[in-house]
Amino acid sequence: MAKTQLEEINRNIYDFKNKDDYDYKIKKGLTREIVEEISKQKNDPDWMREIRLKALEIYNQLEMPTWGPDLSELNMDEIATYVRPKGKMASSWEDVPEEIRNTFDKLGIPDSEKTSLAGVGAQYDSEVVYHSMKEDLIKQGVIYTDMETAVREYPEIVKKYFMKCVPINDHKFVALHAAVWSGGSFVYVPKGVKLDIPLQSYFRLNSPESGQFEHTLIIVEEGASLHFIEGCSAPKYNKVNLHAGCVELYVGDNAYLRYSTIENWSKNMMNLNTKKAIVGKNAQVDWVSGSFGSHISMLYPMSILNGEGAKTEYTGISFAGKDQNLDTGFKVIHNAPNTSSVVNSKSISKNGGKCTYRSLVRIMENAKNSKSSVSCESLMLDDFSISDTIPTNDIRTDEVEFSHEASIGKISEKTIFYLMSRGISEEDAKAMIVRGFAYPISKELPVEYAVEMNNLINLELEGAIG
Amino acid sequence: MSKELLNIKDLYVNAGDKEILKGINLKINKGEIHVIMGPNGSGKSTTANAILNNPEYTKVQGKVELEGKDISNLKTDEIARLGVFMSFQLPEEIPGITVTNFLKYAKNKVTGKPVKIFEFKDELKKYMDELNMNPKNMDRSLNVGFSGGEKKKNEILQMLVLNPKLAILDETDSGLDVDAIRTVSKGIELFKNDENGVLIITHNNKILRSLKVDYVHVLVDGKIVTTGSQELATIIENEGYAKYKN
Repeated sequence: MAKTQLEEINRNIYDFKNKDDYDYKIKKGLTREIVEEISKQKNDPDWMREIRLKALEIYNQLEMPTWGPDLSELNMDEIATYVRPKGKMASSWEDVPEEIRNTFDKLGIPDSEKTSLAGVGAQYDSEVVYHSMKEDLIKQGVIYTDMETAVREYPEIVKKYFMKCVPINDHKFVALHAAVWSGGSFVYVPKGVKLDIPLQSYFRLNSPESGQFEHTLIIVEEGASLHFIEGCSAPKYNKVNLHAGCVELYVGDNAYLRYSTIENWSKNMMNLNTKKAIVGKNAQVDWVSGSFGSHISMLYPMSILNGEGAKTEYTGISFAGKDQNLDTGFKVIHNAPNTSSVVNSKSISKNGGKCTYRSLVRIMENAKNSKSSVSCESLMLDDFSISDTIPTNDIRTDEVEFSHEASIGKISEKTIFYLMSRGISEEDAKAMIVRGFAYPISKELPVEYAVEMNNLINLELEGAIG
Repeated sequence: MSKELLNIKDLYVNAGDKEILKGINLKINKGEIHVIMGPNGSGKSTTANAILNNPEYTKVQGKVELEGKDISNLKTDEIARLGVFMSFQLPEEIPGITVTNFLKYAKNKVTGKPVKIFEFKDELKKYMDELNMNPKNMDRSLNVGFSGGEKKKNEILQMLVLNPKLAILDETDSGLDVDAIRTVSKGIELFKNDENGVLIITHNNKILRSLKVDYVHVLVDGKIVTTGSQELATIIENEGYAKYKN
């Protein structure tokens, strides 16, 4: 039998784009003048402007990463860092400019809101243009707004937490982010408040040659609980796009936070995202992460288990096709006794795509009686795709339970024949196997996102059978 | 209407460079149960796989017809949609797809019609009762962690649900205990009617003790060397294949 070739997929439904229409765009490249201009445009308070300028200095000092995917295609001088869409913050859907609204309609944002979601903060290019939240949440003291508003209206909270979980000098792209950040979500859940429906935001990059540097800051106070969902998407342009967002999560004692993302970037995107969580005593943070699209991704969410009895679970999947190099994984620091971490990672590669699972498990001397179990599985759909696992385990005490399992597999011809003997076409059989492989991840997602993920898998697998 | 269901004409099949089938002729009419017996390596499973055009095998000569239509070069899924089913000797495990969802999907593909979920679940439950299957298996991943017996029963369940014109059972009885073999026989009886046919491939005749069949073919070294009635199976059981070998 001839080998099955899966052609490059048709991403039309994701690749629609509006004409590059914005009222302000700064010149390319990154200088002190630009950072100051951004700061001025945003009416930053002095303390924020100082953070930006300090970050720029650090950015200029730090080298590019010497490990992981090759980033030499990235020329920072070519990337305009700040794009603002037409229109100011709108409080109702009707106030959002029509062209932007159409984009969101195609992505199904208002529908999601209409059904079960408590609030929507959708970011179009660099500013949040639409925002809403149910009134009872406001009454309970929950704050859900864009980062700029948070800096203006809740400076004490932002000052206390901003770039504290992820230090500015963490790596070059964090420094860049801190210098030019723009947009993003801010959530504050006060002590003891439990949200039983998820909050969500949707990011979308629309302008060629522009980076997106949104900042997400979530604080879940003692005994509170939240599920936050972030979706990201960008249409396709020929030039390389950069995304260097930052997510900081603070989970107080006995609190719970579930942070779910489906990132569906266009295939020219450099996605260099940094996400960290600090977890308090008997608290828990769960990450659910789906990485689709992008040209290169470097994404390693990290949980720092600082409180005794803190827990974390990471459930992640990535899917790399032609010309894609997805370098993803999870990091956890066990920094207190009786902490636990569970990692369940899956990757799918096809058509020459490369998936790497890169991880760190560090269990400190004081983290007695901690547990960590890691499982990563890879599925390769052809003979020329690549899958790799690079775990780092740094265990500094004997009193731990630790396990690591890794497996790499291919779809067998026998399995395809079995499914075809039930009347299922070869293409559908492969999609079915991949969906089944991804199921442990998709079942963790809210239903709209699970459906979107299955659609993405089907889209990725669509193509001629040779 | 012609009674002819399957007609294999002078079929030669290779696996890689190796010649396996060397001129098979076999005709199955509607309403008949046929058995192919034979020693290991004689080409029994190859015959089953060749009917479904498994790409691991190459047809060198001859053809396979279903209801007079040449299906020799159709793709496996097309053949399945025309009404051919095979119960596998070693059913594949598919993680993440439940038995219910899988069968619902397959039924939709085979019938080309939407499947009504409640009716479908009732039907599934009815058949699972008949086959002494644990109803919880409906919600488990297809064949994952199933015992050998559960997998075979699950194949019979699929046969009943998909209701093909021709069911090929490849070594479905092998490795099963007496009770499980009876259950499989019961499944075949439940399936069988005047409009469909069954081809049972086996290397022993345990299943034939609890099932009435119309023809027994003996396959040795890629050829059908003799054909008889059910009694032939008993003779083979007593005497072995020695006298058919060169």
